[in-house]
Amino acid sequence: MTFRLTTALAVILGLASPAVAQDKILNVSYDVARELFAEINPVFAEKWQADTGRTVTIDQSHGGSSKQARAILEGLPADVVTFNQVTDIDVLAEGGLLEEDWREAFPNDASPFYSLPAFLVREGNPKGIEDWDDLAAEGVQVIFPNPKTSGNARYTYLAAYAYALDQNGGDQEAAQEFVKKIFANVPVFDTGGRAATATFAERNIGDVLITFEAETGGIAAQYADAKFERVAPSLSVLAEFPVAVVTENAEKNGSAEVSKAYLDYLYTPEAQRILAKHYYRVNDETVAAEVAADFPEVKLVTVEDVFGGWEQAQEQHFAEGGILDSVFVNQ
Amino acid sequence: MRAASTPGALAPREDRTAQYVLIGLAFLGTAFIVAVPLAYIFWRALSDGVAAFAANIIAPDTLHAIWLTSVVALITVPVNIVIGLSAAWLIARFTFPGRKLLLTIIELPFSISPIIAGVCYLLLYGRQGLLGPTLGAADIQILFALPGIVLVTLFVTAPFVTREVLPLMQAQGSEQEQAALTLGATGFQIFRLVTLPNIRWALLYGAVLATARAVGEFGAVSVVSGSIRGQTNTLPLQIELLFNDLNIVGAFAAASTLTLIALIVLIVKTVIEGRVGREE
Amino acid sequence: MTTLAITAAPSGRTKRVLPGFGLTMGLTLTYVGIVILLPVIALMLKGAEIGPARFWEIITAPRAMAALRLTVTAAVIATIFNALYGLLMAWVLVRYRFPGRRILDAMMDIPFALPTAVAGLSLTALFSANGWYGQLLEPAGIKVVYTIWGVAIAMCFTSIPFVVRTVQPILEDLDPQLEEAARSLGATPFTIFRKVVFPQILPAFLIGTTIAFARSLGEFGAVIFIAGNLPMKTEIASLLAVIRLEEYDYNGAAAIALTLMLIALILLALSNGLQWQMNRRRGQP
Repeated sequence: MTFRLTTALAVILGLASPAVAQDKILNVSYDVARELFAEINPVFAEKWQADTGRTVTIDQSHGGSSKQARAILEGLPADVVTFNQVTDIDVLAEGGLLEEDWREAFPNDASPFYSLPAFLVREGNPKGIEDWDDLAAEGVQVIFPNPKTSGNARYTYLAAYAYALDQNGGDQEAAQEFVKKIFANVPVFDTGGRAATATFAERNIGDVLITFEAETGGIAAQYADAKFERVAPSLSVLAEFPVAVVTENAEKNGSAEVSKAYLDYLYTPEAQRILAKHYYRVNDETVAAEVAADFPEVKLVTVEDVFGGWEQAQEQHFAEGGILDSVFVNQ
Repeated sequence: MRAASTPGALAPREDRTAQYVLIGLAFLGTAFIVAVPLAYIFWRALSDGVAAFAANIIAPDTLHAIWLTSVVALITVPVNIVIGLSAAWLIARFTFPGRKLLLTIIELPFSISPIIAGVCYLLLYGRQGLLGPTLGAADIQILFALPGIVLVTLFVTAPFVTREVLPLMQAQGSEQEQAALTLGATGFQIFRLVTLPNIRWALLYGAVLATARAVGEFGAVSVVSGSIRGQTNTLPLQIELLFNDLNIVGAFAAASTLTLIALIVLIVKTVIEGRVGREE
Repeated sequence: MTTLAITAAPSGRTKRVLPGFGLTMGLTLTYVGIVILLPVIALMLKGAEIGPARFWEIITAPRAMAALRLTVTAAVIATIFNALYGLLMAWVLVRYRFPGRRILDAMMDIPFALPTAVAGLSLTALFSANGWYGQLLEPAGIKVVYTIWGVAIAMCFTSIPFVVRTVQPILEDLDPQLEEAARSLGATPFTIFRKVVFPQILPAFLIGTTIAFARSLGEFGAVIFIAGNLPMKTEIASLLAVIRLEEYDYNGAAAIALTLMLIALILLALSNGLQWQMNRRRGQP
C-alpha cells in the first residue's frame, strides 16, 4: 500500500516536472486497443530494460482515433501514436507535430499490423447476417461508432461502400444508396469503437456489431457465455494501423529514442505473436503462417485501390459536405 | 427544526388517513429512486465476492485514480475556503459598485453545465485556444494534466463556501468586528478571533459540500483530462473507463468508493447542520 | 439547512471601516477573473467569431434542434416529477413525526453528494432489460434505458434535493394559527392546503423548481450512461457539444455551448428575481 502510494506520488510529481530519471512515454491510441497494449507494454518494458538497463513507463490513452488526434492537437502530450487511420496522423503532421513523410519512418508504410471490418452477431445468428447486403435489410439493427470521431467506423463505411461498388459495377450512386440504407439501420453512434462494443454486448442493443476483426475475436472470447458468433464478410477493406513518433513532443520530453524503439518493437516476431493472439493480422511471414488457421480468407481491397488513396477519400467522403455527410442523415 | 403543529394528536380521522398515505408515498418514492440505486452500487460491487472487490480497488489504475481525486480535492478545497472567505468578507462588510454583479458571477458556475465549463476551458487553454499559443511557447502544460483538472474543479466548486458563509455574515452584522477594531485589533486578529468563531460551522459546511463536488465532478473534468490511464483519470472518469473496458464489476467497485465518500459527507453534513442552525 | 441564494445586504454604517478591503478585493477579483470569467469570455469570443447567421444555422440544424428539444422535454418531465415529489417530501418531513423521518430527511441529500457518474452507472444497470427495475418494466412494454424516460429519470435523480430543500424551511416557518383558523371555519384539509399553505410557499416552490429545471438542463454525467445517446432521439444538447468538439467542429461546439449557457443565465436571472420578490414579500431586506 505504502509502496503504491509512493509510486503514485512519483507519478503525480512527474506530471509537474518533465525531467524524471526513468524513460516514460505516452502512447495515445485508438479505442479498442486497450487489452492489446496492456499486454505489449510490460513485455517491451522488460526488453528495454534488458537492452539498455533503463526502466520505461508506458502510459496509455484510448479513444476514437480522430478524437484522440484532436486532443493531441490541443496539447495532449503524446510521444507516440498508434492509430487506425492514416488521416488522423496526417492531421498531426499538418499541425506541425511530426514530419510530413512519417510513413517512411517505419517499415510497411509505418503499419506494423492490419485488420478489417468484420461482424459479430448474437448466438445462432437469428437474423442470418452473412454479408454486407444483410445489413441493409429492413428490421436489422446495426451497431458501429460515429464515423466522424472513430477511424474504426470510417473503415466500416468504406468497406460497405467498396462492397456496393463491387456489386453494382462501380455505380457510385447505387453505392451511396446502399450505404445510406445501412446507416439508417444504426440506432446509436458511439464516439469510439469500444463504446459501440459495450452498446452491443453489455447493453444488448442491435443485431450485429461491425468493428475490427480483432475486436470481434476478443469480444467473442471474453463473452464466451453470450456465445456471440464472428462473421467474416465476403469483401472488406484492409485496415492499416499506422504508428508514428510525435516528434515535437518526444523531443521535448527527451523520449525520442525509446519512442522509436517502442514502435520498432511492434514489428518483432515476439510482438507480432501477441498481436495475432489479439486477433490482429500480421505481416511477419513466420508468425502469419503459424496463425493462418485462425483467420478466415476474406477478399481485401485497399483504400488506394478503391478510393484513390486516403487524401482523396478524405476529400470526397469525409470532409465537411462530403459523401459521408449526405449518407449520415441522422447527423 | 421546530416541532410544527403535530397533526397526529389533534387532527380528525380523515386527516390521519391522508397522513399515512402521504408518509407511505414518501417512503415508497424515496426507496425507489434513492435508496435502491444507492444499495445497488454496493450489491453489484460485491457481486463477485469480497476478494474480487478488493482486487478491483487495488488495481493500480483505480488506486491511482483514488489518489489523483484526493490530490485534486486537497488542492481545490483549501483554495475554495480562502477565496470563499475573502469574497464573503468583501461582499458582507463593504459596499462598492458592482457588488451584486460580483456575487452573480461567483454564483455563475452553479448554473452553468459543467460540460460547458469544460468546453470553455478547452477554448481558452487548448493549443488552438485563446491562450494556447502563449502557453505552448512557454512550455506550460495545463490541459490533459493536473493543472487543467484542478482549474475546472475550482470552477465548478467556486460558489460553495461563499454561498454558506455570506448569508450568515450578513445576518450577524459587523458590530462585534467594529468593536474589536476600536479596541485596536488588526484585521487578521478581528477575523480570527471575532468573525471565524461565528461562522466556523457554516464554513465547514461549505467546505464539505465543495469536497463532495470536487471528488465527484465528471463532465468538466472529462473534457480536459485526456484520460491517460493511471495518470489523468480521476475516480469518476475511471468508472466510465472501466465501464467501457467492459469491466462492469470493476466500475461498480470504483463507484462504491465514491459512494462511501458521499455517505461520509452526508453524515458530516448532518452533524454540522445542527450547529449551523445554532449559529444562526 | 441550505440557504437559497445570496442577497447582498444593505451596507449602511459599515462603509469601509473594517480593514481588508484591498486584500479581499484583490484576491476575489483575481480568482473570479482567472477561474470563472476568462473561460466564459473565451466561449463568448468564440461565439462572436462564428457570426449570427452561421450561429443560427448551427442551432437550427435538425440534429441540434432535436438535441435541444429532447433536453428541454426531458428536463420538463423531470422537473414536474420533482416538483410534486419535492412538495410531498417537504410536507411529510415538516408536518409529520414518524419513525425513520430523520433517515428520510438525510436521504434527500444523497443525489447532491453522490457523483453523477455513479448515479448514472447505477440507474442504467437497474433499468436495463435484465436489471432489477428493467425486468419488471420491460414485460409491461415500458422501455426506460436509451429512451427519453431514461434521460428524464437521470435528470430527476440529480435534481431531487432542490425543491425539497427550498420549500422545507419556509414550510417550517409558517404560522400555524392561520391554518387552525381555517380549520375552525370548517375548511377541509385540502382546501386549507390550497388556499392557505400553498400561496405562502409558492415563491419558494417556484425558486426550487427553477433551480431543479436549470440543473436538469445541464446534467451530463448521469445522463450519458443511461441515454444511449442516439442522435435525433436521446442525445442531449451538452453531449452534442462534446461530440462537435471531438469532430473538430469548434464552431458547432461553441454555438451549442453558448446557447445552453444563455438558457442557464436566463433561468438564473429568473430565480434571482423570484428570490428578490419573496424576500420583499416576507419583509426582509
